Amino acid sequence: MRRLSILSAFIIVLFTLPALADALLSQASGRYRIDAAKSRIGFSVAQVGGGGISGVFGEFTGRFEINGRDISRSKVEISIAPASVATGQPRVENFLRGKAVLDAVRNPEVIFRSSKVTRTGPQSAVIEGLLSARGRQKPALFNVELVKRAGRRIVFRVTGDIRRAPYDMQVGYPIYSNIVKFEMTLIGRRI
Amino acid sequence: MAVMLRNTETGYGLVAILFHWTIAALFAGQVTLGLVMTGLADEEPEKFGLYQWHKSFGLLILLLALVRLTWRLINWAPDLPAGMPVWEQRAARLAHVFLYAAIVLVPVTGWAFVSSSPLGIPTFAFYLVVVPHLPVPVSEAAEAVLQRVHTSLALISAVVAVLHVGAALRHHFVRKDAVLRRMIVPARRRCGD
Repeated sequence: MRRLSILSAFIIVLFTLPALADALLSQASGRYRIDAAKSRIGFSVAQVGGGGISGVFGEFTGRFEINGRDISRSKVEISIAPASVATGQPRVENFLRGKAVLDAVRNPEVIFRSSKVTRTGPQSAVIEGLLSARGRQKPALFNVELVKRAGRRIVFRVTGDIRRAPYDMQVGYPIYSNIVKFEMTLIGRRI
Repeated sequence: MAVMLRNTETGYGLVAILFHWTIAALFAGQVTLGLVMTGLADEEPEKFGLYQWHKSFGLLILLLALVRLTWRLINWAPDLPAGMPVWEQRAARLAHVFLYAAIVLVPVTGWAFVSSSPLGIPTFAFYLVVVPHLPVPVSEAAEAVLQRVHTSLALISAVVAVLHVGAALRHHFVRKDAVLRRMIVPARRRCGD
């Protein structure tokens, strides 16, 4: 009898979860501005023999729009100032800002604009779009997970791997990996 | 007459000659590469790769130098030409000892310099093998000191190498003895020896 009731509860939860997720998404529907002061855009590049370079971009702006009825029509746009790269090692930072890597003087913005959002789970999605850096625009993909929603605030965890070579930033390869791993916590405030 | 691999009393064997010219060419290349790469601005994309090649060839010189020194210890060098003034003999021996020491110490100080850098850039020799850092203090100050030691030692070695070349040319063109020639043509063993 007890086993039957657990099974029933499980079935109920299984069928109501998507509905709950839809309800959550519907409530989250709207336009948001990224709170740069509380958000974090981190990155890391692995090196041979272990370790690597990791850091953050301190200056960025962005906004996104969640379409609760049709998530695939949601949009996001983020602009990062490459000059704001911080690693804790000034010589590394200057090198990353320089013309061998980000070339921040001639290319003061790294921009991501979404073109497609695909829901992958109750609170997760894949965002595809174009990433512009160093005067080149290439397709990019990020995984997004809804962490929390409270009041007018919504928190996402975003991860993605970007290859350096298509942006002509392959200096140091193969000592440093071609892959830049991004890990971001983006906090949006409803506009 | 067969080519000798080992040195004789009057000439160098093929092994010593190959070690001499291979390391000489690598050393000259390294000094040139070192000057070129340090002359580039940090943000030049080529600089990183040039440093890696410099580190790779430096380690190759160190490896060859250690084998060469071992070979030298079991093969005495040929006698200096008869009639050479004592001061020239002393100067020649001093230069040889210095250059033998340099082909070990210049790469080792370079390795120590790289190991002391807070940047922690790995040495991926010839993009094949990750060479571990030496156990030296890691700091901006230690890096600056070791860089100065490495660069100074390399430049002094280059000057001594130029004097060494000049002396060899003097022997060949002025004194017209076999000092240079015997470092080009290996000693031979007469049939029946």
